[in-house]
Amino acid sequence: MNLHEYQGKEILSSFGVRIQRGKVATTPAEAVEAAKKLTEETGTGWHVIKAQVHAGGRGKGGGVKLAKNLQEVEEIAGQIIGMNLVTPQTSAEGKKVHQVLVAEDVYYPGDSEPEEYYMSVLLNRGTGKNMIMYSTEGGMDIEEVAEKTPHLIFTEEIDPATGLLGFQARRIAFNLGLSGTAFKEMTKFVAALYKAYSASDSSLFEINPVLKTSDDKIMAVDAKVSLDDNALYRHKDYAAMRDKREENPVEVEAKEVGLNYVDLDGNVGCMVNGAGLAMATMDLIKQAGGEPANFLDVGGTADAERVETAFNLILKDPNVKAILVNIFGGIVRCDRVAQGIVDAYKNMGTINVPIIVRLQGTNADIAKELIDNSGLDVQSAIQFQEAADKVQQVLA
Amino acid sequence: MSVLVNKDSKIIVQGFTGSEGTFHAGQMIEYGTNVVGGVTPGKGGQSHLDKPVFNTVEEAVKETGADVSIIFVPPAFAADAIMEAANAGIKVIIAITEGIPVSDMIKAADYIKDKDCRLIGPNCPGVITPGEAKVGIMPGFVFKKGKVGIVSKSGTLTYEAADQVVKQGLGITTAIGIGGDPIIGTTTKEAVELLINDPETEAVVMIGEIGGQLEADAAKWIKASGTKKPVIGFIAGETAPAGRTMGHAGAIVSGEGESAADKKKILRENGVHVVDSPAEIGKKVAELLS
Repeated sequence: MNLHEYQGKEILSSFGVRIQRGKVATTPAEAVEAAKKLTEETGTGWHVIKAQVHAGGRGKGGGVKLAKNLQEVEEIAGQIIGMNLVTPQTSAEGKKVHQVLVAEDVYYPGDSEPEEYYMSVLLNRGTGKNMIMYSTEGGMDIEEVAEKTPHLIFTEEIDPATGLLGFQARRIAFNLGLSGTAFKEMTKFVAALYKAYSASDSSLFEINPVLKTSDDKIMAVDAKVSLDDNALYRHKDYAAMRDKREENPVEVEAKEVGLNYVDLDGNVGCMVNGAGLAMATMDLIKQAGGEPANFLDVGGTADAERVETAFNLILKDPNVKAILVNIFGGIVRCDRVAQGIVDAYKNMGTINVPIIVRLQGTNADIAKELIDNSGLDVQSAIQFQEAADKVQQVLA
Repeated sequence: MSVLVNKDSKIIVQGFTGSEGTFHAGQMIEYGTNVVGGVTPGKGGQSHLDKPVFNTVEEAVKETGADVSIIFVPPAFAADAIMEAANAGIKVIIAITEGIPVSDMIKAADYIKDKDCRLIGPNCPGVITPGEAKVGIMPGFVFKKGKVGIVSKSGTLTYEAADQVVKQGLGITTAIGIGGDPIIGTTTKEAVELLINDPETEAVVMIGEIGGQLEADAAKWIKASGTKKPVIGFIAGETAPAGRTMGHAGAIVSGEGESAADKKKILRENGVHVVDSPAEIGKKVAELLS
C-alpha cells in the first residue's frame, strides 16, 4: 500500500527521523492557516506548497511551488488543489489533487551550502535481505543516476540477525563526504530511518532528497513509503491511512469483494483462476490479436455470485469487446464453474459482448456440454489454443 | 527416481486440524501419500483423519520419524512454523501459505540457512511425484508418471503445463511449485538443478513470470552445467504493465531484466527452448524428446 508524502513523513517522524515539517490543507484558506501556524512553530518565512498524490516527479508537473508570502500561499494552493497533475509517472490525464502539504522552507542560507543526497531502504530479492541504497546525487531521478554514474550509488546490506550496525551507519556518512556535526546527524538519521522501516513493515522507503541544511541538520525533505500489504494486519493505524481516491475505482471495488483485479487498456476482458495462468491468458489474448483489458484472478472459488461480480467488473470498461474465461479446474470442478457461469449469465439478462469459456481439468467434458446446451451466447473450449483461436474469430 | 518427495517420505501436516489443512491432508491421503501425522499446538494427543496429532514438530518427528512437512498455518504464524520445522530436523519443508509478511520471511530464511533442510515456497502449490507422493494442493489426476520435470512459480499454470505434457503421451517425474513470493526457499536454479541431476528426468519445463532474476540465474546455470537435457521455458506476463503487482506478491517489474521480454532473451541466449505461447509448452516438450 502506498502512502502520501505527509503520511510517510508522519511515520518517519514518529521514529525520530528529522523531517521537513508541514501541515496538510484541502482548501486555499486552510493552506493560509497552516502556513501561519507553521511560521509560529518553526519560524519559517517562506513556504513550499506540495501536491499530495501517489506519483513521483510532482515538481516537473507544477505540483511543487515556493510561496514567499501568505498571498502566494493562497494563490498557489488555489492553483494546485483540484488540478489534474501530470507527471512522468502518471497517465496523460494526470491525477486529481485533493490536498496539499504546506511545508517549511529548509533551503535557507547559512554557514555552509545545503547539499542533497538520495537514500532508500528496500528488499534485495537476490539475497533475501534488506538494504540501504544511497547516493551523493540527491534530488535527481535515481534511475538516471544508475545509468549515467553507477559508481555514485552505494548499498549497505542489513544482516537480519543484527539489524543495522553502527559501523554501517558511519560508512554511509563517510561515503556521503560528511564530517563534524553533519556526520553525527547523518548516522542518527540512518539509524532512525532503518528502525522506522523495520518497525513499520515497509517494503520501500525512498527519501529523495535527504537534505543537509546550511546549519548541518540532516532531514527528509520528501518521503515515498510503501507498506507491505501482508503485514497491515498488525498495523491498523497505518492501514487506516489508505486513500482510496488514489486508486482505480474498479480495483477498489474488486478488492472489497476479494477479487484480485488490475485495470489495463485493452479490448478483451479475462477472468482466470490463479495469477500465473491469468498472466499467461493475457499473453495469449495478445498473441490472438487482442489486448488484455484487465488482470483478474478469481481464486479457488468460482461460484455464480463470484462469476457475476467478475463479469460486472469487466463490463464496466466500455472498451471490452469480448470476455475470455479460463479456468483450470483442479480441486474446483469445471462443471460447477460452468453452472456458475450459466447462472450468472441468466441473472444478468443480456451481455452484449461474446463470451468464450475455456474449462480444463476435472469434469471438463461435462462442463463443455453444460455450456453448449445452455442456449446462451457463450462459446466453449477445452484446449488453451482453441480458446485463443475463438478470441481471434470474435475480434475479426 | 524422483526428487524431494517419494513413496518413502514420511510426511506431517502443520496446521493439520484447520480447514485448509484438513481438506488438503485428506486429498493427499486419498492420493496415497504417506502422511504420518500432523501438528496443531494445543491439540496434541488427539486423532485427526485417523492420524495422530502432536503439539510440536519436535514431538511429531520423535514419534513418527517424519522427514517432510507441509505447512497450512495462517500467514501470521507461518514463518514461525517454518522455523519450528527446521529446528526439529525436518529435511523438506513445503510452505503452502500465501500472504506471509516479507519481514517474517527475511527472518525465517536467515534462520534456516545453516540448517540441514530445504524450504519450498511459501505461496506455492507444493511438490508432486506422480504415483508416489502428492505433498501439495494440486489436482493429483492431472499428473501422470513419466520423464519430464516441472519447475514453476505458479499453481494453475503448473497444472496447465502438466496437462499439456500428459496429453502428448508423456509424464512427469516430479513437479516443483517454488512459489510466487519475493522471498522463497528454493530458487528456480536450485529446483532445475535437482531435476537435471535426477537420472530419470529427461527434460525440464521451467515456468517463470515477471519480476526478480530467478529465471535468468537458472538459465545461466543451465548453460554452464553443459547438460544435454532440454529445458523448455515459458515466462508469463509479457502484457503486464511495469510497476504493478500481478497477483503474486513477487510478480512486479521493478528493474532491468525483470520484464518477460528481457527474461526470454536471457533464457534463449543460454540455450533454453522458449515458447512464446503458453498453449505450446507440451508440444515443444514432445518435439524435443522425440
